[in-house]
Amino acid sequence: MKNKRPSLAVEIAGIKLKNPVMPASGTFGYGEEYAPFMDLERLGAIVTKGLSLAPKAGNPTPRIAETISGMLNAIGLQNVGVDAFIQHKLPFLREINTPVIVNFFGNTLDEYGEVARRLSDIPEVAGVELNISCPNVKQGGIVFGTDPVAASEVVGLVRKHLNKPLIVKLTPNVTDISVTARAAEEAGADAICCINTLTGMAVDVKTRRPRLANRTGGLSGPAIRPVAVRMVHQVVQAVKVPVIGVGGIMRPVDALEFLIVGAKAVQVGTANFVDPAAMITIIDGIEAFCVEEGISDIHQLIGSLQL
Amino acid sequence: MKNYKTVVLSNQEISSGYYRMRILAPGFGSKAKPGQFLMFRVQTSLPPLLRRPFGIFRMGFMPADCDGQPPKEFVEILYKVVGRGTEIMSHLQVGSKVEVLGPLGRGFDLGAPGEQKILVGGGIGLVPLYMLARELTRKSSVRLLMGGRTREDILAVTEFERLGVETYVSTDDGSLGEEGLVTQVLLRKLDKYPNASVYACGPMPMIEAVQEICAARGVPLQVSLEALMACGVGACLGCVVKGAGHSEASPRYLCSCKEGPVFRAEQLDWTKLGQEPGYCEGCKI
Repeated sequence: MKNKRPSLAVEIAGIKLKNPVMPASGTFGYGEEYAPFMDLERLGAIVTKGLSLAPKAGNPTPRIAETISGMLNAIGLQNVGVDAFIQHKLPFLREINTPVIVNFFGNTLDEYGEVARRLSDIPEVAGVELNISCPNVKQGGIVFGTDPVAASEVVGLVRKHLNKPLIVKLTPNVTDISVTARAAEEAGADAICCINTLTGMAVDVKTRRPRLANRTGGLSGPAIRPVAVRMVHQVVQAVKVPVIGVGGIMRPVDALEFLIVGAKAVQVGTANFVDPAAMITIIDGIEAFCVEEGISDIHQLIGSLQL
Repeated sequence: MKNYKTVVLSNQEISSGYYRMRILAPGFGSKAKPGQFLMFRVQTSLPPLLRRPFGIFRMGFMPADCDGQPPKEFVEILYKVVGRGTEIMSHLQVGSKVEVLGPLGRGFDLGAPGEQKILVGGGIGLVPLYMLARELTRKSSVRLLMGGRTREDILAVTEFERLGVETYVSTDDGSLGEEGLVTQVLLRKLDKYPNASVYACGPMPMIEAVQEICAARGVPLQVSLEALMACGVGACLGCVVKGAGHSEASPRYLCSCKEGPVFRAEQLDWTKLGQEPGYCEGCKI
C-alpha cells in the first residue's frame, strides 16, 4: 500500500509555510542568487539578507576563514539598504509563491523603529526577522541581544512600528539564552529564532595574525550544531511562541534533531554555500523520514523529544 | 551555472606539486568563457567544509564513441597542492565522483581584434590565460610572459605555443628561461608594443607590479584575482575586494565571485590590495 504524503505544513506567527525549511539570513543573498540552482517555491519561506536603513558596505577583508567543520565570517552586514531592497530586490521575490521574511537591524534604536515602519507598508513582506544578534559589528544588534533589558526595549519599539509577524533572532553569545528569549517574548515577539553564530577567532600560525581582518567572527556550520540544539531545547522550554531552530544544519537528520527538540521550523545557512540545493535535499529527507516513521503530519514530530 | 555531479576523467601530477584534472562536463564545458571558474566540492564528508574555487584551464570535447554517441564535453583545471582540500583532490582517481558548481563569475573582455595582447602569468595564475589565449589568437597577436620561482612553477607553456602564442619564460632562480622577474620581460615587451593590452593572473605581488607598470604607461590591464570564497555565487559576500574610490570613511567593495574574478585595473583600489593575509598557510585546512 502506498503511503499518503505527509503534511509538512507549519505556521509561524501566522505565516503559513508549506514545509518548515527556510534559509538563514545572510546565506542566501536576496533569493535571486540561488534561483539558478533550485525551485525557490519549494522552500517554506525565503529569508533575505539583513537590511539596514542606509546601505552598508561591510567589513574589511579577509572576511571569511574555514575552520574544522565550520566557517568564521565577519561580513559586517553588507547590504543594499531597505529602500533599495524594496525597489530592486523585492520585485523578483514578489513573483515567487513563497513567503518572504525580511531580516533587518538598526544602528540605533530609532533606526530599528524606522526600518520596521518602512517594512510594515510592504504587502509582499510576510514577516520580519529582527536581528539583535550579529557578532561582527557593534551596531548589528548584539549589544541589544546580550542584554535582556535592551532586548526588551528594542523588541517593544519595533513591535510598536510594525503590523506584521515579528520573529526575533537571538545570539548564543550569552550565559543563558532563555532569559533573552523570555524578554523578547514578553516585549512582543511572535516567534523566536535561535541561534545566530558563535563568536570565534582563528589565527594563521605562520603570519601569527588573525585570519579575519575583524579579528573575530561568527562561527557557523556543523561545528556549532550541538550548541544550537541545546539552546533551541532551552528556549522551547522557556517561551510559548514558536521557535525556529538554526545552527549547522547540513543534512535532513540535522533538521530532524531541531524539530524533535521542539523547533517548529528550521533555517539552513552554511550548507547553502556547500551545496546550493541543500535545502531541497533536507525537505525531501524530512518527508522521507516521516513516511518511513509513519508520521502523517510533521506536528507529530515537533517537540517529540523523549527525556 | 548549475551544480553538476560528474566524474574525474584524469588527474595527473604535471610538475612537482601541480596537478591537472580533467572532468566530464556534459552541458557546461562548452558554456565556459575565458576567466570563469568552478567551485569544486572536494568530498561530501568533512573536512574540508567549503568548496574550493578553481579557474578553468581549458574546455574541449572527447571524440565521439563508436556507438554513435555525440562528443562529450570536458573541462580541465590545473591546481597546486596547498592545503588539505587540494591534497585530497590530488588523490582522486579516474572515475571518482565529483561535484562542481559553474561556470561562475565574469571572465575576460576580449578587447578589440587585431591589437597586440600580452598575457602575464605567474605560477598557477597561468590557468585562466589558456582559454583566453585560445580565443584571442583567433583575431590578435598574443604573447605569454610566464614567471615562476623555479622551473617547477612553469606550466603548460608548450600548449600555448601550439596555439601560435609567442612565449617567454622567466624564473627567479634562472632554472628555466631568463633569470629574474616576469615584470622585467613585460617592460621590454611594452617598449616594443606600447599599444598592447595586458591580461594578468598570478601571485598578488606580481599582479601589483604589473599594475604599476601598466598604469605608468597608460596600458589597459585586466587582472584575474584569487580570493577566499564560500559560496561562489554572490550570496555570502566573503570574497570582496576594494573597489576604486574605496576609503575607510566610505568603503566600497566588489564581489570577486560575481563582479569578478576578472577586473579591469581601474575598477580596483590598488593601495594595500595585496597586503592582506590570504589563505592560511599554517593550518592547512
